Formats: sequence, structure tokens, C-alpha cells
Amino acid sequence: MEKLFWAFVIGGAICVIGQIMLDVFKLTPAHTTVILVVSGVILGGLGWYDPLIKFAGAGASVPISSFGNSLLKGAMKEYEGGGLVGVLTGIFDITSAGVSAAIIFAFIASLFFRPKG
Amino acid sequence: MAKKQRPTKAQQEYQEFVKTKEPKRSILKNCIWAFFVGGSICALGQIIMTIFIKYFNFNEKTASSPMVAVLIIISSLLTSLGVYDHLAQYAGAGTIVPITGFANTMTSAAIEHRSEGYVLGVGGNMFKLSGSVIVFGVFSAFVVAIIKILLMMLGVI
Repeated sequence: MEKLFWAFVIGGAICVIGQIMLDVFKLTPAHTTVILVVSGVILGGLGWYDPLIKFAGAGASVPISSFGNSLLKGAMKEYEGGGLVGVLTGIFDITSAGVSAAIIFAFIASLFFRPKG
Repeated sequence: MAKKQRPTKAQQEYQEFVKTKEPKRSILKNCIWAFFVGGSICALGQIIMTIFIKYFNFNEKTASSPMVAVLIIISSLLTSLGVYDHLAQYAGAGTIVPITGFANTMTSAAIEHRSEGYVLGVGGNMFKLSGSVIVFGVFSAFVVAIIKILLMMLGVI
């Protein structure tokens, strides 16, 4: 129950950061998500993102910044197991579920639905 | 040349009139919406994760992949039904920042371009909006990984 509360607060806080980027700095949604992903990679590189996930659970792993962190984590894990090539083979290791699911269901949706006015 | 012409008095008056009629979207209100909607999506993720841990023998680390997949399925479905974009009008970053926003951009691009055919339309445009996330994510992850590996080789970390 406590985890649920922190997931809500931290997840909401990351979205507020995104909203501030949209409203105050007048960035496009694409720029906002790109900045968040890159900051996820950098925070992951510094080793700060995993403690956040441990603390906030889905509050840290649902926002797009976790995508960056997972890309880096997959690359580093494969590097430790298989050397330098691991950076290339491992980069989508953890994020594969998300990317594949998004492609598959986007395609299925395009089979059955028409654009809404 | 038309662009450089100074607006006439009537035009200026009209612009001011429009400004008074425009709905004021205050930053604070947007942030509150983003906080509650974004927070709710993350809380939903946490609930899904708890279900996977309790009933499907996942642990804290392995439960996040199926949780993300379930959120993406929900988001794709809501996008197809036109509900997600309706919510996004109010929630702004609250619907863009979570991973569901990523699925939303892909699904809406896929549906929007289906009239151009499945190969060129759906296949070619699916990553039109979300591609930038993958490109910059992968490239920055590569750069950071190389820096980290170099530092490890030099014995700094």
C-alpha cells in the first residue's frame, strides 16, 4: 500500500517535470520525451535510477525515463557477460518487451480500427 | 510580402479580442492534471505489478516487463477507441511521459496512416513520432555505456 502511494507521487512528479518543460520552456512533446529518456540514461549511468525504482516501484519504471535506464542497463549487463559486442546485442535486452508489445499492438490496432475524426 | 505588412487597426483589435476570448490554461492547473493523471497511470502500473508478483510467480525485478506490456496493451486499446487522446487534452504530460504515451503515439500513427496501405503507410509511419525516443535513447545509452566501460578499464570505477 505504501508502495502504491510512492508510485503515485513519484510518477506524478516526473509527469509534472514534463508538463513544466511543455508549458514553461515551450518544448514540443517529442523534445520533452527525448530529454526525459536521455536524462534516464544519464541518471542510470550515475547509478541513481535503480535506487529510485527500488523506492517508487512503478512510479519510476512507468515514465519514459525508465526506458533510457533500461537501455543502458541491458547494454552493461551484456558487456559484463560477453565483452564489448554486448553493448550492441544487449541494448534492447530489457526494453524488448515494451518495444515489441508497442509494435505488435499498434499493428493489430491498425488492422481493426479507423482514424477517429 | 504579405507577411511583412503591418496588421491594420481592425486586425490588431481582432487579435486583442481573440486573446480575451481564449481559454486561459494556467500552468498550475496543467501541472495538477499532469500530476494526478500521470500518478494514476503509475499507480495502475504498481497494482498490475503486485498482481503479477502475487499470482504469477514473478519477483520485483522480472514483474516490470509484463507490467509495461499490459499498460501498452491498455493504451493501444484506449487509443484505438479514441479515449486516450481525449484524456490527453486535459492531462498533457500526464499522458505523454508514461510509457503509455509511447504506445499511444505508435498506435495513433499506425491507425492514421492505414489508408496509405500497410507497407508504406502503417509500416513506414509507425515510428514517425516515437522514433525519436528510440534513436536518442539508444544513442545516448551507447555513449554512456562506452564512457562507463572506458572508466572501468582505466580503473576509475
